[in-house]
Amino acid sequence: MPQIIGVPKETAVGEKRVATVPEVVEKLIKLGFKVMVQSGAGDAANCSDDTYRAAGAEIAATAAQLWSGSDILFKVGVPTAEEVGLLREGGTLIGFIWPAQNPELMQQLAAKKATVLAIDSLPRTLSRAQKMDALTSQAGVAGYRAVIEAANAFGRFFNGQITAAGKVPPAKVFIAGAGVAGLAAIGTAAGLGAIVRANDTRAEVADQVVSLGGEFVKVDYEEEGSGGGGYAKVMSEGFQKAQREMYAKQAKEVDIIITTALIPGKPAPRLITAEMVQSMKPGSVIVDMAAERGGNCELTEAGKTVVKHGVTIVGYTDLNSRLAKQSSTLYATNLFRLTEELCKTKDGVINVNMEDDAIRGLTVVKEGGITWPPPALKPAAAPPAAAAKPAVAPPKSHGHGGGGAPASGKATAITFLIAAILFWFVGAYAPPAFLGHFTVFVLACFVGYMVVWNVTPALHTPLMSVTNAISSIIAIGALVQVAPPLESVAGRPGGWILGLAVFSIVLTTINMFGGFAVTRRMLEMFRK
Amino acid sequence: MSSGLATVSYIGATILFILSLGGLSHPESSRRGNLYGMIGMTVAVLATVFGPQVTAGGYAWIIGAMVVGASIGLYAARTVKMTQMPELVALMHSLVGLAAALVGFANYIDPAASSHLSGAEKVIHEVEIYVGILIGAVTFSGSIIAFGKLSGKIGGSPLLLPGRHWMNLAGLLVIIYFGREFIHAETISAGMMPLIIMTVISLLFGIHMVMAIGGADMPVVVSMLNSYSGWAAAATGFMLSNDLLIVTGALVGSSGAILSYIMCKAMNRHFVSVIAGGFGTGSGAPAKPSGEGAQPAGEVVSVNAAETAELLRDSKNVIIVPGYGMAVAQAQHTVYEITKLLREKGVNVRFGIHPVAGRMPGHMNVLLAEAKVPYDIVLEMDELNEDFPDTDVAMVIGANDIVNPAAQDDPASPIAGMPVLEVWKAKNSIVMKRSMASGYAGVDNPLFYKENNRMLFGDAKKMLDEVLVVLKT
Repeated sequence: MPQIIGVPKETAVGEKRVATVPEVVEKLIKLGFKVMVQSGAGDAANCSDDTYRAAGAEIAATAAQLWSGSDILFKVGVPTAEEVGLLREGGTLIGFIWPAQNPELMQQLAAKKATVLAIDSLPRTLSRAQKMDALTSQAGVAGYRAVIEAANAFGRFFNGQITAAGKVPPAKVFIAGAGVAGLAAIGTAAGLGAIVRANDTRAEVADQVVSLGGEFVKVDYEEEGSGGGGYAKVMSEGFQKAQREMYAKQAKEVDIIITTALIPGKPAPRLITAEMVQSMKPGSVIVDMAAERGGNCELTEAGKTVVKHGVTIVGYTDLNSRLAKQSSTLYATNLFRLTEELCKTKDGVINVNMEDDAIRGLTVVKEGGITWPPPALKPAAAPPAAAAKPAVAPPKSHGHGGGGAPASGKATAITFLIAAILFWFVGAYAPPAFLGHFTVFVLACFVGYMVVWNVTPALHTPLMSVTNAISSIIAIGALVQVAPPLESVAGRPGGWILGLAVFSIVLTTINMFGGFAVTRRMLEMFRK
Repeated sequence: MSSGLATVSYIGATILFILSLGGLSHPESSRRGNLYGMIGMTVAVLATVFGPQVTAGGYAWIIGAMVVGASIGLYAARTVKMTQMPELVALMHSLVGLAAALVGFANYIDPAASSHLSGAEKVIHEVEIYVGILIGAVTFSGSIIAFGKLSGKIGGSPLLLPGRHWMNLAGLLVIIYFGREFIHAETISAGMMPLIIMTVISLLFGIHMVMAIGGADMPVVVSMLNSYSGWAAAATGFMLSNDLLIVTGALVGSSGAILSYIMCKAMNRHFVSVIAGGFGTGSGAPAKPSGEGAQPAGEVVSVNAAETAELLRDSKNVIIVPGYGMAVAQAQHTVYEITKLLREKGVNVRFGIHPVAGRMPGHMNVLLAEAKVPYDIVLEMDELNEDFPDTDVAMVIGANDIVNPAAQDDPASPIAGMPVLEVWKAKNSIVMKRSMASGYAGVDNPLFYKENNRMLFGDAKKMLDEVLVVLKT
């Protein structure tokens, strides 16, 4: 019996996202589930009831119908007490929960004997969990939108232009915090043509900043700022002072500041003071993406756009809803990937496997028992560089052209000794005529050795066929036997020799012409 | 043409042959390299025919023989399919070997060839004949068997006779004994007997040697026979006191030897153990299950063509790893169609070639080149192995052991230490295979059980055609 996935209309004020979109509904149905969507759930994200219906979903008229009729609930926003009341006893709920901030909600869910997977509790350091990482996908959208909001409030172009009406300098954008949102903002702003600078307490993100077209601004102070799990930590007093100086300097120079700095479980750090705002050029813009958590800027007002000291300060907390279709699509895909993990059998029934690290981390309530916080993740994924190495580390081959690794001293000595004995033997007993040929032979071996190491591996087959063609030089051996100038020796079985020689010529010419022709045919095919 | 002019022509031909091999260092210069080879050969043949060693009476015979040979050769070169290249090359090696043996015989029965020699020179000359025929015969019969195995006329599995090493050793001793007899023979007819016995043993030896080698070791065998055909030419050169033959033979011989070395290295196997035949020599038992914990855990997840197409379409970086299976299924053209389509959509598609993929060195490169895949996206293992972590999809087509993570992770595995393409480091890998059967080495492949791996079961050509259809829609 396939389980029913229910998608309610989000109830939070200003929330325009929806937990699944029609394209994903189809995929869920392929996994064996039935999907029920509350009427109007996707309206704000441009997904009408009809499109859901066309994708194979059922439409429930009211929230009560939907909640009671579903086995698994997909939600975006944290569920309200009212919604939890509607949840079926023993049902499953997947969405943002923030268990640390909402202990009461956890109790209510536990009382309902529910199983709850908090998408915000995903162990983000597991590489295979990335496809389910809704925090990342949503932060990326928000970072993009933050730049768009900034551009909207800013009175000038982002890119520099030289027009008939004069030269326009490019906008300078400073982005505080190069997490997912920050990086998305860097990419977007750089794409619009602005000069982008960014800073982060984690020095290792500098490369990522540069790769997106930004410039990494360092704080002039040495301290490691990585706090585990991909987040930043609170820094020391000395560092903060140096950081403030840097921000003050940037504030005077740039036109737009986008702040994204968050520290888990703490209010957002104050990065931009009132004085810094005052020092900015009139018409400048600040977008404070941390507004909901107190704001990175002292003058931010959550949820609003205010103008202070001639600077527009955007404090929207609903950046994702301002790009509802995109946010919803990505979120829906994250949930779909999670569902795939939960339902590996593709029979429309989920299995919350607590042995699985990713699923264990996500599950905050399991059949009424609170399972949050999860036990610390085994160090399996944390330092991949150190763990991967020791198994078997075969000496890396020098590839081609190097002639392999140099042999050990002992082996070389033995080789030379054997060669010396052999050469002495040859020199002592062989007649001079042979020695001449022997010299040529040894030198030719070395020439061949040197030349062939330079052959690119891609051409090994042509190499074989061309050497094969060349080895039909043996034809010369046969040619000189066909009609040598000294016929007079008695008892020479001329007929036999002629027969053998002519037959050999036939064989070698097959090789000669065939070999060169086929090599030519092959080489013709090697095209850029 | 005087003897001086002939010698100078030979030097010119020698230089041209060296340039020819040198030209193969890059696809751009390779066509010119082949041309140098042809010119060199023409010069060498003309210099010989019009040189002092051939009289006008032989022209008719020579022209007749060459016309026959040339038409057969050109016909074969024109009609051969690229997937049959290994067979053709093996067959051609056999011709060189046979010719070397025949020239040796003709030289021996010609009293004029050795009448002016005596003492040590005569002994050396006879040793040269003996060795030349020996190498020629081994090359001939070995190549014929290799041809049979490659074309499927003979089963690919190694034939392991009991006590085969002792048989080889006994054969060698017999050859040495008759060699002594041969040198001490007073007349040509008395020497004929040991020579023929030796030839027969050599032929058997060649057959036995290649029969004992399994299908996937063929790249080593083919390149080794390539080397032998060169040494046969060099031995003939010593016999005839002809420096051009010696130089060319040595060039070809060392080229084949290097190829064999590269192939062995790529399989992390010792040359001797490949030649000795069978896999896991020493114990003689084919790959036994390695210690506990080696049993791959996890489950195999299969996908269909539509899902594969979806995965490919959604990715940015794709690496395709072809193997012998692609050659068998003749899927290279479809692979290219898919590649073209994906590249038009902005997907960065590249090919990763393992040195021993296929049945001959460079086999995959030739097949892909035939399908018009540009060679600059066809890369060697060492060139792109580090790129797998940034790759969205690694698609393995008909390859197994060369992508087996056990070679790195499991020291007990029979293929431990063999360099492999690290496809499991890609975000997703898709393995196209007919069934779950293990590869040539008989080792189970933990890759199939990895979480990010998907299996696409079925004939490579058929499945890829389906993928292509989905991609086009």
